[in-house]
Amino acid sequence: MQRSFIAKNPSVLIFLACLALFTLIVTVLSEGFGVGVISTSFVKTLGKTLCLCLVAVAMDLIWGFTGILSLGHFAFFGLGGYMIGMWLMYERTRLIVVESLSQTEIPATSSEIIDGIGNQIFGVVGSSDFPLIWAFSDSLVLQLAMVVLVPGVLALVFGWLAFRSRVTGVYLSILTQAMTLALALYLFQNDSGLRGNNGLSGLQNLPGVTASQDEVSLWFLWASALALGLGYLLAAWVVSGKLGSVIIGIRDNEARVRFLGYSVETYKLVVFTFTACIAAIAGALYYPQAGIINPAEIAPIASIYLAVWVAIGGRGRLYGAVIGAAFVSLLSTWFTGGQAPDIPLGFYTIKWVDWWLVLLGLSFVAVTLFAPKGMGGLVDLLTQRKSPNRHGANLGPDDGALREQEASQ
Amino acid sequence: MALFHPNDADTSDMIRLYFAGLAFLLSCLTATAQDANIQPILQEYQAEIAKSSRKTIGPVIDVIASSGSPQAQLMLETWAAKNMWMRKSDGLFFVGEKTDTKSYLLTDFDSGDVVGSYPKSDLKQLKPNSGVRAMIATALVQFQLMDPDAAKRQDALTSIQRDPGPTLLAPLRASIYSEPDPTLKAQKQRLERLLTIGYDQDTKARVAAIEDMSGDLGVDVRATLNPLVAKTLNVAIGGTPTGVNVAALLEPGTDQFSKTDAYDLLVVEGMAPALISSGDMRSALAANIERGRVGGIPVAQLDTNAARKAAYAALADAGKVPALITPADMDTALASHVFFETFAEPSAEVTTAATDALETINLKVGLNQTLDLILDALSLASIYFLAAIGLAITFGVMGVINMAHGEFIMMGAYTGYVVQQIIPDHTLSIIVATPMAFAVTFAAGVAMERLVIRWLYDRPLETLLATFGISIALQQLAKNIFGTQARPLTAPGWLDGALVVNDVVSISFIRIAIFILALVFLGVFLFIMKRTRLGLETRAVTQNPRMAASMGINPGKVNMLTFGLGSGIAGIAGVAIGLFAKVTSELGNDYIVQSFMTVVVGGVGNIWGTLAGAAMIGFFQKGIEWLNPSNTLAAQTYMIVFIIIFIQFRPRGIIALKGRAAGD
Repeated sequence: MQRSFIAKNPSVLIFLACLALFTLIVTVLSEGFGVGVISTSFVKTLGKTLCLCLVAVAMDLIWGFTGILSLGHFAFFGLGGYMIGMWLMYERTRLIVVESLSQTEIPATSSEIIDGIGNQIFGVVGSSDFPLIWAFSDSLVLQLAMVVLVPGVLALVFGWLAFRSRVTGVYLSILTQAMTLALALYLFQNDSGLRGNNGLSGLQNLPGVTASQDEVSLWFLWASALALGLGYLLAAWVVSGKLGSVIIGIRDNEARVRFLGYSVETYKLVVFTFTACIAAIAGALYYPQAGIINPAEIAPIASIYLAVWVAIGGRGRLYGAVIGAAFVSLLSTWFTGGQAPDIPLGFYTIKWVDWWLVLLGLSFVAVTLFAPKGMGGLVDLLTQRKSPNRHGANLGPDDGALREQEASQ
Repeated sequence: MALFHPNDADTSDMIRLYFAGLAFLLSCLTATAQDANIQPILQEYQAEIAKSSRKTIGPVIDVIASSGSPQAQLMLETWAAKNMWMRKSDGLFFVGEKTDTKSYLLTDFDSGDVVGSYPKSDLKQLKPNSGVRAMIATALVQFQLMDPDAAKRQDALTSIQRDPGPTLLAPLRASIYSEPDPTLKAQKQRLERLLTIGYDQDTKARVAAIEDMSGDLGVDVRATLNPLVAKTLNVAIGGTPTGVNVAALLEPGTDQFSKTDAYDLLVVEGMAPALISSGDMRSALAANIERGRVGGIPVAQLDTNAARKAAYAALADAGKVPALITPADMDTALASHVFFETFAEPSAEVTTAATDALETINLKVGLNQTLDLILDALSLASIYFLAAIGLAITFGVMGVINMAHGEFIMMGAYTGYVVQQIIPDHTLSIIVATPMAFAVTFAAGVAMERLVIRWLYDRPLETLLATFGISIALQQLAKNIFGTQARPLTAPGWLDGALVVNDVVSISFIRIAIFILALVFLGVFLFIMKRTRLGLETRAVTQNPRMAASMGINPGKVNMLTFGLGSGIAGIAGVAIGLFAKVTSELGNDYIVQSFMTVVVGGVGNIWGTLAGAAMIGFFQKGIEWLNPSNTLAAQTYMIVFIIIFIQFRPRGIIALKGRAAGD
């Protein structure tokens, strides 16, 4: 008997309801449209957190469900941010240049305007010419397409090269990490055409929009919530269908899936590229809220943190990824923002700004060793789901296979 | 340094006298040493000396300097120091020494006897101006070059090297023959060749000197030759003028010499009217707005280049602005002129010889630079090898992904720093720090293996993440303890400096030390793995833990010790790396990805593979840096892209394990 998608996945409905409720509460409490209990900067933090949850969902799809520990998805996230940042920066600079040139007696020619924009944007790296990669930056539609296309194509090419030569397990992880490092180092150069380590800035100002940041921050919160909802729905649909069964099979026992006649490489490539695109969209929503993007954001460590979030939340379950990302990134903001109270020990005062990373690192080790289910395991306690008894054996022989404790009956 | 110019009568006089002086000097050298007194010579030129001027004193100084009198040097020095006084009564010159405010004690140059004390009114102080003093100083060089004190001769040579000039050539040549010290003699001969190239009057001698020095790698040779072949861009109407040393004729419109460059030169030389830039045009238009129109075109329509040109043309027709220069105008102007490059050096023979010599030298320099690059690449490769060798054990042999490996390197470096705080002697502290670093990181490695890694042996991805957690905790811990600023780990004094092969090729001792250390580590690794019980057990446990266990080996203990060994080696590498890099909490971060790449590219599980991987990465990175020297970031980027592509073709690395050892 065919049951409906929602009936098979009641968690999707619960998740969407929670997300909608959250968005509504934040809107009511915000400065822009509500009573003003939550400051605009905190609304931005919440909006950014939603984007991080979305990229965590993508990470869960590629790691938790396909078994590929990609240490490169934050690079796709950053690339998406760069792509939208190019349009934001170009268009805003254009408005400023046009405004300043209209003060002169002779109206400006189009080439003078473009030269002016180039000077404004690239003056900081000692150049004034537009590099080739900025060719579409004057068009919002084309640049939005680039948000998906550039990371998508990069993921496609890289994935094709990597999967084709049967690089798996930790080797693939290290290779993706190397790709991320290469991309970050490339962007750090001044002549990469993306302003080197200055990055793109002023992204929080939407060109042509006169509304205050109080309102804009809410628009982005809504957009991020919508994107997260859609992304979650799409991911849930993917993993509950036939494609989902195949990729879970690949995660646990790749060789067996291959012998059953499935083209393992194609499946991996599709999921890898698809998740890269989701990550890029998340990035395109994140960086206008952050206001600035620079190559340090793409550094390999960011991608590892992404894996940490998913692991702490509980991999192999989509809501786990969302919980992990939201919990760890908000906690991290709280601790590193200096809001957490110091603990005086008499001989030494623990300042959380200094000790938070130590705590995170060690608690992460503890989660890996003692609670492989992560925070998602708490949900299992509520729903009284149990792990299968496989006498300590993993679900499959592959590196990415779920452990006995991680799986559910 | 000014070259002789035929129109300058003053200098040409000097040259003639110079040759006279030279001839005199040579004759003096051949004759037996004369004990001529200086006073008669001074009296002969009494008038010139008493009223010295730069124009007339030259021959006098030469005669004094070449007189062979033993007192000549003393006299010249006294003169230059303004300590020479003339007795008004008879016009004789003496060394004057102030006794009290009014009187001076005079000493005779030749006898050294005190003549007596005279009131100031009876004497005249000789105050040579700065021009004359410079000439005296030049004349004194010959005395310094023949000074009995070798250090003074060396000083004189150094000062000539620093500030060469035409007048120094003759005294230098004269001093070579009698030079007793072979090192100084070689230096003098070399300097003589260089001065000959620059300042000799005889073209043949200069060409011969250039040929002598071609193939010499010294920077000073290139510094002498380069000004000779320096080119200046010139333009003339009709044809090239005669009497100049033309290097090449230039055709405007080529890649090296564009039409715009050529026209700009015409404008600079005042041979053509300046181009109207778009900015000029804009301000000209703005200055000529009449009732909202410029040249009949409404201002609002001036937002295209075509409209602006039309408006400007209208203004030009009305005579209000200079006419626009069209490309056709430019071509006409260019066609009627000849563009050429000239050498500053007038003699074509010399410039040809110098060009040839520079070519030979550049070829040699290129070869030596390649050698230097290879040395650089070797040293970079040994650094990578050093950073990766610990990983070759933990990852290569045991298959454990340890993301905290970089932090073990950092711990080793910080151990070195702490030891240096306690033991101030640098040599001793390094000797103590090396085993200390091994002990500290060995303990850390064993603890990590026991507490974390052994639970995750069949879960490499979880190991990666868990060790990453340890890595960020250790990094932050180091930051909390030692702060964010870089800590110095100072190398012992005997490691300072460099092994200089020639002016191009040199390698610092510290790099040689690291190279040797890398070789030692390789030896130690091979010895432990192939010749010790631990190595045998490690290999057995890695290949088949169950079988090894049934043979009586304790896999847990072996794993613990092996992991500790790999970590300990990382600690020693940390001390070595800390010697040339600043010790910060992020030290390990810089090496972790490269280290993994080295092991993966080389082939996991094989130390020779790691060596090959390090060599390949080192050479490749230096090679790219050589192509684009200003950009080490690009070199690293391309290196990683290259590695990703390389793994396509050899997924198991350069040296892949085969058969059962490969593990599958």
